[in-house]
Amino acid sequence: MEARKLAEILHPLERKVLPLLTKISSFSGLVSKSGLKDVEVMRALQWMQNKKIIDLKEVVKKIVSLDKNGKEYVKSGLPELRFLKALKKDAQDIDAIVKKAGLDKGEVNICLGMLKKKAAITIQKEGKALKIAITSQGEKLLQKPTLEEQFLKTLKEPREVSSLGPEEKFAFDNLNARKSIIKVDIAKIKTAILTELGKKVAKEKIDATKIIDRLTPKMLVGNAWQGKSFRRYDVKINVPQISGGKRHFVKTATDYAKNIWMNMGFKEMTGTMVNTSFWNFDALFTAQDHPVRDLQDTFFIGKPKTGKLPDKKIVSRIKKAHESGTTGSIGWRYVWQPDDAKTNVLRTHTTVLSAQTIAQLKESDLPAKYFALGRCFRNETMDWAHLFEFNQTEGIVIDPDANFRHLLGYLKLFFKQMGFADARFRPAHFPYTEPSVEIDVLHPVRKEWYELGGAGIFRPEVVEPLLGKFVPILAWGPGFDRIILEYFEINDIRELYKNDLKQLREIKYWMK
Amino acid sequence: MPTVTLNKTVFEKLVGKKLPLNQLKDRISMLGTDLDKIEGNEILVEIFPNRPDMLSEQGFARAFSSFIGVKTGLRKYDVKKSGQEVIVDKSVKNIRPYTVCAIVKNLKFDDEKIREIIQIQEKLHVTLCRKRKKGAIGIYPMEAIKFPIKYMAKRPAEFKFQPLEFQKELTGIQILSRHPAGREYAYLLEGKDKFPIFIDANNEILSMPPIINSHKTGKVSEKTKDVFIECSGFDLETLNACLNIIVTAMADMGGEIYSLDVKYPEGYGTQSIATPELAPKKWNIDLKFINKLLGLDLKENEMKKLLEKMGFGYEKGKVLVPAYRADIMHQVDFVEDIAIAYGYENFEPVIPNVSTIGEEDKFETFKRYVAEILAGLSLLECETYNLTNADNLNKKMKVQLPCIEIQNAVNIDYNVLRSWMLPSLMQIFNENKHYEYPQNIFSIGNVFKENKKAETNVEEFTRIGVALCSLDSDYTKIRQIFDYLMRCLDLKVKFTDKDHPSFIPGRCARISVNGKNVAYIGEICPEVLQNWDLQTPVAAFELNLGELYELGQRKA
Repeated sequence: MEARKLAEILHPLERKVLPLLTKISSFSGLVSKSGLKDVEVMRALQWMQNKKIIDLKEVVKKIVSLDKNGKEYVKSGLPELRFLKALKKDAQDIDAIVKKAGLDKGEVNICLGMLKKKAAITIQKEGKALKIAITSQGEKLLQKPTLEEQFLKTLKEPREVSSLGPEEKFAFDNLNARKSIIKVDIAKIKTAILTELGKKVAKEKIDATKIIDRLTPKMLVGNAWQGKSFRRYDVKINVPQISGGKRHFVKTATDYAKNIWMNMGFKEMTGTMVNTSFWNFDALFTAQDHPVRDLQDTFFIGKPKTGKLPDKKIVSRIKKAHESGTTGSIGWRYVWQPDDAKTNVLRTHTTVLSAQTIAQLKESDLPAKYFALGRCFRNETMDWAHLFEFNQTEGIVIDPDANFRHLLGYLKLFFKQMGFADARFRPAHFPYTEPSVEIDVLHPVRKEWYELGGAGIFRPEVVEPLLGKFVPILAWGPGFDRIILEYFEINDIRELYKNDLKQLREIKYWMK
Repeated sequence: MPTVTLNKTVFEKLVGKKLPLNQLKDRISMLGTDLDKIEGNEILVEIFPNRPDMLSEQGFARAFSSFIGVKTGLRKYDVKKSGQEVIVDKSVKNIRPYTVCAIVKNLKFDDEKIREIIQIQEKLHVTLCRKRKKGAIGIYPMEAIKFPIKYMAKRPAEFKFQPLEFQKELTGIQILSRHPAGREYAYLLEGKDKFPIFIDANNEILSMPPIINSHKTGKVSEKTKDVFIECSGFDLETLNACLNIIVTAMADMGGEIYSLDVKYPEGYGTQSIATPELAPKKWNIDLKFINKLLGLDLKENEMKKLLEKMGFGYEKGKVLVPAYRADIMHQVDFVEDIAIAYGYENFEPVIPNVSTIGEEDKFETFKRYVAEILAGLSLLECETYNLTNADNLNKKMKVQLPCIEIQNAVNIDYNVLRSWMLPSLMQIFNENKHYEYPQNIFSIGNVFKENKKAETNVEEFTRIGVALCSLDSDYTKIRQIFDYLMRCLDLKVKFTDKDHPSFIPGRCARISVNGKNVAYIGEICPEVLQNWDLQTPVAAFELNLGELYELGQRKA
């Protein structure tokens, strides 16, 4: 961009700092000369760097300044010198000296050690008391200021350690070894130097009174904006991020999937999460000794442990289906226990809703199509691929003319709309469907098949007790969470329900 | 599902054909087994629980060979009479009533074969026999035992024998506490005054089912050629299937099957039978039913071929079901086998033209509206678990509410169903302290309470929790949100001054609509904030959406 245009873009802060840069380069200098706050100068410098008007450099420096004791010693003198001044040729009692010099106990010991080392004093012991006298070496010391004294006086302004001369360095090392006299800070010193372009921009004359920064109601009322120009913005610049409120991303995907089913003519089913085993297992022709009813897979409710069975008619039909079968079936052939069916569980699949829905249907309701999308539970340890609470998308088609090819048709269409170009079907096994299907979809990136869940046609032993007669019922219940992982670029399924607010604020919307 | 490991070389020899790896993988998957992996010379497959006959190399290869068309149709297994007897004593009637037995001769045992047989036995124990609950299998070297064999029950303190792989003799009681298998399966004999045993004509104990064989008479070795096999348990059907699966696998290894007579005493309620009974069962099949369910137009001859690919025979409207198939309950079971033989990949998916009207559940729509209103106020929706722990629900919130416990939760941090929503939101604040404030969130979910009127004795309510966490979150801010929501839903509410242990006294209100309590609202008290390790104030409300929806409906 040319210099003139750049000059017009400058923010008021930049306009204040830029002229100073022809003389000053240090950040602290700019702050004090401009009268702006640190952050304002920093912001102006960064903007100008973005515009390539300046080069912003950062140098790490060691800075020495007076510490707590040092500040006092500058006024009152170093304690050892005060001590020395209080001495005479004749040995005196130490207490008297300390009093005269105005020192405290901690300082006295340091003074004694230091002065003894320099042979500036003699120490005699008389009984318990110490008597101290100054030596001629000591008197010499008092004749001119010591290196330490001189150095301390230069520290009214903090100084860079690297700028110290050899004698100052010597004094610095001595003082630095002592307690709280001087301190050394690591400072990052920022300097800004005008670039060639910057020098040109600095020469451009901008009349600030002719430039509008922000439009105000007053300007509009008084027409004051006429004849002036607006400060140009750098419209390519990044602005600070904000985030708004939104639905949970899984919910946005759920709503989309629900719409697919509704558009295909499916009605939604809902229901409770706690169910009796009767609905969760028995009504679905899962024998009472089937391993899936084992403790390890299913969450059983501790209290209240059991619920009630539905009306006798349906219970006796289910009992018969298990014990001796329905029309044309020999059943599981065991003694069905009502008590086992009363056991409360957290639903292990949304298929429980299908069973309950079918039980309510009359012949005149057919054909009918239902779907559900809801939470299910499996008692397992959480890992990247498993959650103990997960979503399932359920569907049933109750239609006297339904067949296996329709089942594959509905599923293929659903998965296509969910973003999977191809789906394939493999044989599977579930106690309540025959034939049973496992659905694989082609991973859009990895181009591999992966398993998404089960489907099938309900067995006559499921349908007949619930509906009163056998009608083919197509049914499916793939896990939903795995279907949407890829879209949200999530590899660990636990991240779906982590409620990490940063993730919730930043994650993209479901758009298919 | 049980996983079986197959030796690829043995498998291919049994199948009678070697397929390229890709094709092998594909065909295994499309036969109706879940291929785990093929690694070197090992094939790992998961067998679905309806096909215990495929749990052995022999059984699996038999099905596979038919499926790929090498050897199709019903397999015939010869059964010769051994003339031996097993006598069932009436003492087992109330303990472990049934047994079926067989003899298999001329098996050339080696390490590999012993491994295979142990694998079949173990897998059947876990699956078809339901961890030995329904049935248990014993295999004995013929050279160590003398017929006739007696199946009876005795007081466990009154007999002793040396259990398999154990140094000394133990009584029946001692086995349950000292032998590893005894300890594992002791519960299956719990409370019985007598334990079942097989005992031979020399008065040597063969085994104590379903626990353990004798070391002396029940250990198969490389020297063994002929074996006696028994299955004991509670359901003859299961026992027969189990025995048939084992003996046919042994026959496929090269053994010869011999039957023997199992004699039940008079008045036992069971006929004496010669086992194993390997004659195929006949089932009616209706071609129309098959075609209708599959959406196909198969001719009888085509159906016959497909049945044969699955190892069945077919004669004039009847399917001949091999004796090792334990899963046929209804002709619908043939439908699946026919579909597998036809090839799932060969079905053409269609969308039928069935006119029905799609509809969202009304309450679900209502929940969505509420969420959208709140999202419009810059609140973030969170999805929370129904499961949590009592500490979160009660102790940290300074309340004592009864909660529904899970009996068997694996994870103790998630062992109760939540009784209210706000703890879920507090947990989110606790886990997000390192992020930018304000943190204004909400979550819709179910809460659970005991209620004798419900079918499960548990009642579920759908509630919403809304919480603001920032330096300036206070009663006014949360009230503004609540009031806005009520205006959007066109509901009039009444506020009552009422304290709640989780909220600051005097800054908490109970809210009712038409005299019904639907919500409470206020500023969370400092102890609760500290319990959640929060240094930022929180204002919140919890609202019963189900109740609110019904009130709205009634109004309409």
